[in-house]
Parts: sequence; C-alpha cells; structure tokens
Amino acid sequence: MNLPIYLDNNATTPMDPRVLDAMMPYFTQKFGNAASRNHPFGWVAEEAVDYAREQVAKLIGASEKEIIFTSGATESDNLAIKGVFEMYKEKGNHIITSVTEHKAVLDACKHVEKLGGRVTYLPVKEDGLIDLELLEQSMTSDTILVSIMYGNNEIGVIQPIKEISAIAHKYGALFMTDAVQAVGKIPVNVITDGIDLLALSAHKIYGPKGVGALYVRRKGPRVKVTAQMDGGGHERGMRSGTLNVPGIVGLGKACELCQQEMESEAKRLSALRDKLQSSLLELEESYVNGNTEHRLPHVANISFKYVEGEGLMMAMKDLAVSSGSACTSASLEPSYVLKSLGLSDDLAHSSIRFGLGRFTTEEEVNYAIEVTKKSVLHLRELSPLWEMFKEGVDLSKIEWAEH
Amino acid sequence: MAYSDKVIDHYTNPRNVGTLDKSSHKVGTGLVGAPECGDVMRLQIQVDDNNMITDAKFKTFGCGSAIASSSLATEWLKGKSIDDAMKIDNMDIVEELALPPVKIHCSVLAEDAIKAAINDFRVKNGMAAIESEKVHH
Repeated sequence: MNLPIYLDNNATTPMDPRVLDAMMPYFTQKFGNAASRNHPFGWVAEEAVDYAREQVAKLIGASEKEIIFTSGATESDNLAIKGVFEMYKEKGNHIITSVTEHKAVLDACKHVEKLGGRVTYLPVKEDGLIDLELLEQSMTSDTILVSIMYGNNEIGVIQPIKEISAIAHKYGALFMTDAVQAVGKIPVNVITDGIDLLALSAHKIYGPKGVGALYVRRKGPRVKVTAQMDGGGHERGMRSGTLNVPGIVGLGKACELCQQEMESEAKRLSALRDKLQSSLLELEESYVNGNTEHRLPHVANISFKYVEGEGLMMAMKDLAVSSGSACTSASLEPSYVLKSLGLSDDLAHSSIRFGLGRFTTEEEVNYAIEVTKKSVLHLRELSPLWEMFKEGVDLSKIEWAEH
Repeated sequence: MAYSDKVIDHYTNPRNVGTLDKSSHKVGTGLVGAPECGDVMRLQIQVDDNNMITDAKFKTFGCGSAIASSSLATEWLKGKSIDDAMKIDNMDIVEELALPPVKIHCSVLAEDAIKAAINDFRVKNGMAAIESEKVHH
C-alpha cells in the first residue's frame, strides 16, 4: 500500500492507464485537425472524434449527434444556461435551480440575472433533496429552464431526476442537469430520465482534465443553445474552437470503460463506502450528512462533532480527503451545501468528505478507518468543546464571542 | 497550502495540552472564539504570589494553525509576569510560525486568549481588567 491514500475522487480522479493508451497516438502520429476535410490527417482525427462521440452518447443513452464537446463541465454548464437563456428569452426569462448546485451553475445563473433573467434558487430539505411540490409551485409560464444537478459533489445525494424533468416538461420548460458526479457512476439515461441538456466531465470518470461534453437533445423537442464562443462554427455551431482530439478520445474511452464496469464497480464501491461509514459512525457524535438512500455509491460525508475539519485533515496527513470547513477556503465561510441542509456552522466545520474511486482498495479503506478514528480521538483530547460536552455543558447556552 | 515546519511541529507535538482548575483563584482562564467560526481556544495560566506565570495549558478546537498558535502561546507564557505576558503581540506569533495571511486570525485569537486569561486572573484577584486598545492587523 502506498501513502498517501487518495480518497478525494469527487474532486478529480486519476486517469485510467487504458485511457492514456487510447490517447497517446493522437498527440504525435495522429495529430491532425478534425476540421481538416481534405487530407488523411484530418480524416483520421475526425474518425477518432466521431468514435468518441458514439462512446459518450452510448453511456447516457443519447445519439452521437447530440454530443457537443467542450473544455469541461464548467463550460458545459455555462453554455447550457446562458445559451438557453439567450436562445429562448423571447419565450420567457425565468430559470429555476437549487442552492446546492455547483458554482458553475450558480454563477452562470447569476450572470443570467444580470442580463435581465429571473432565477429561483430552490432550497433543499434536510437530506439534501429538493422539494418537488415547491418546484411545481415555482413553475410559471415564463419558466424556460429547470437546472438541477444529478448527484451532489459534496454529499453525493441523487435528486429525483425523472420527477423533476416531468414537472419541468409539464410547464413547457426544458430540463438541464449537471451530471458530472453521476455519469459513469450510476445509470444515467437522457431518454428515460427526460433530460434535455446534460453536462459531463472527463476528469471525474478517470479521463483527462480539460475536456467535457454537453448533451443537447435533438428530438422531442429539438433544443438549441446560443453559442458562447464565436469562431469556426465547430460542433454544429454551438461551440467553436479546434477540437481537443486526444482529450476527446480519452473522454470517449473513459465513458466506454465506465459503461463496461459501472455495475460491478458501483457494488464494490458501495460495499467499501458502507464499511468505512459504519466503522466511523462507531465514534461518538459522528453524523452522516445528506440522504443515505439516494446517494452515489462512492461518497460519504461525515461530521465529527467538536473536531474542526481542517485540523482533522492535518492529522490525517496520509489521507487525501476534503472538508466543508471554512479554513480550507479563503472566504472563511463553511460549505454552502452543508449549510443549506440546515447544518449548524460548527457541524459544517467538522465535516469530511470521503470519495472512493476505481483504484481504491479494501486495504486502503481499512487504513483510512484506522487513521480517521485515531485522529478524531486525538483532536478531541485537544478540544475544549469536547471537554465541555463531556462535562455536560450546553454549548448552545454559552455566549461565544464571534470573530 | 503547505504548513510551515514550526506549525507542523507544534501541531504534531502540542505543548501543554490540558486543563487547570478554573475555580482556583490562582488560575486565569480565557475562552475565546466560537464554534460557528471554526475556532475555539481555551488558554489557562497558573500564577504565583509574585504574579509570575508558573504554568500554562490550552485546548483548542480549530485548524492546525490555531492549535499551533495556542501551543506556542503556552510556551511563551511560562516564566513571564502577567504584565509582560500582556505585551505578547499576535504578529510575534505570525512571525514565529510563518503564518500565511489567511491564518492571521489564528494568532489574533491566541492573543485574545492570553489577554482574556490574564484579565480573568486579575479580576479574580481584585485587579481591574486591562482593556486592549490595539487594532489588529
């Protein structure tokens, strides 16, 4: 077992060597521009891109013509939200999203607001799921788009996508989903899920960084987005720019591998995750954040009360995890996702996200359990809050000097 | 963000972790920060009849830099008079631990904890609390 151990697979994943093998020829021998229509170098590149388009489409139940390659999910989210707003603003100016979305969605929505759009940010319930009744109540005749993520990056909660898309469609709106964390991890199907636009990224599924895709439905209805990048009219005019052929080949291969291995991987990872989670919950005053029934198989977000997240991560120096603690960001604000679940700030500060992945072994999980337990106990020995809790002091009754 | 060697040293081997009897009139206790902010420090001093600090203990809920700042503070407090201890400046802690700008608040909290502990002792022993007029950097 090599240290440190990587358990932050929601942030990014290592590239699968099989993906790298598929990409390698496209850097050197097969370097052509996929838009070069008049010589073999271009044809070879175009063929590779077409094949990758099929691989990506197949994973999400789409047709290859519906896949627009981008630089990653942030670009896909921006293209979908701003592009739909620009294309459909005559029809209406209202977009609905939720407070636990990724910043790429939230900030694209804020941009739309500056352009005169109106955005509803739906709250979530304590378990991180959105309230379908509230969604329906928020729909208006001006609503052109509902954008709700498939699986959450911090807590792994899976939203009821079929029900959400049905509500959006009932009121004539399009449904878009940021499915970065879900694609390749659980079955995602744009037809049965009723998805009109979907953002995905290669580096979260063992592919390279800097490449992603946006699915844009072509039939029932035919969806159009206004390009956000002007240029040579690549990707059916929706995204100009010379195609990143090696990256796209890598994304395609990554999708193919996920398709082949998803079922067994999901079982293996959820068993490991459950073991990690149940072992860590043996610690007093530890809590899982978010719904545990509708959750991605490889994620567990746990708060260890009376211990601060960044301090804890420092103690677990051989584990690469992440925390909702404010100390990990320059803003000094704890995770907005955890706060939106109604978690008090101190519990948000005490959270650790464990994200397992394809290369996580049982030995590593056992080690992570041991190190985490030891570190939590050690830091509680240092924690005045733990001492007060043990003495029966009601911490909520103390007048803290907020700073 | 990488931690300095001194932060890692204090974090890994924190000095003077523990609890003094807060009901003793020879003990001053400072509890500063708030759980909501992700930092709570409790710093305690044991003071002899000559107003010299003979022992200091801490417990801290917070990040590595907060733990290191309080550990360092206890080291500096021991052997100082309460008047000299009052002069410990947060920027001395920043310098000693090479704290980056986003962690300066940890040193501020440690200074606040020192002053709160001394003032607790002073008030317990019939002296007026000293108001700090310093504006933190």
